[in-house]
Amino acid sequence: MADAKRSPLAFMTSALAEAEVPDAVALRELSPRTQIDLRGEVADPAFAGTVESALRLTLPRTPNRVADAGGLLALWLGPDEWLLVGPEASDLEARLRSALSGQHVAITDVSANRTVLELGGPKAREILNKGCPLDLDPRVFGPGQCAQSILARAQLLLHQRDIEPTYHLYVRGSFAFYAASWLIDAMKEYRFAKRGGRRER
Amino acid sequence: MLLIECPWCGPRDEVEFRCGGEAHIARPQDPDALDDAAWADYVFMRTNPKGWHRERWCHSQGCRRWFNVRRSTVSHEITAVYKMGEEPPEAEGSAQ
Repeated sequence: MADAKRSPLAFMTSALAEAEVPDAVALRELSPRTQIDLRGEVADPAFAGTVESALRLTLPRTPNRVADAGGLLALWLGPDEWLLVGPEASDLEARLRSALSGQHVAITDVSANRTVLELGGPKAREILNKGCPLDLDPRVFGPGQCAQSILARAQLLLHQRDIEPTYHLYVRGSFAFYAASWLIDAMKEYRFAKRGGRRER
Repeated sequence: MLLIECPWCGPRDEVEFRCGGEAHIARPQDPDALDDAAWADYVFMRTNPKGWHRERWCHSQGCRRWFNVRRSTVSHEITAVYKMGEEPPEAEGSAQ
């Protein structure tokens, strides 16, 4: 359950739950987590090696990939930039700072920048593509991949979690209400399609 | 709508990008030595061709990296995408 003090969508928890269409799609806001923006030269073994031994996680070198090491995620944001996502109470920043001290890097706590929405279900892909120009076809975009794009003109960092598909949508706190309202609206038609007894495929 | 191949992210929709105008305009080595006309030429004057054009683009809603594109201003065909600091491949495309 999202923390009422920090979560931008805490006041919408029930609206998000009510938007669910059984067997089609469900939406919820995930609890806040620690998010660190890490920048550094990955070709430099002093940087990559230090990060990887400090976090026991390999930074993805391939664009738009996610590394997952027991709940700690590293999302590729750029050739020298990653978003590290861990549990809310985490000493991630302090650990990185002490391990990388003296190196030419940037370590920024961006936990308050984005909130995470979980959109999952057989219709999730179709719903996202109503407002997101990414090619989400399973042959192109699958579990373990991430991408930065837009959702209905709002900034979006998308991470596909599994093949259902379940997506994690990282949206800016100030755009969270807009993005969630847009998603609830985009989910509505599946409810009516189901009530009418005309289920697709 | 253009499909632009980001050198890092691959083909993405045009709405994710921002065009930064003509590419390969080098900043004068010694700006103090320039007269106003030469400075204005550097700051404002662009080629605006009908046909092949080398442009800078930024994947502003994606990985936020700048890169170069060779695009036809007539057909919008893109025949080359290359990173900053690189020279474009020699051959130009078919369309004009």
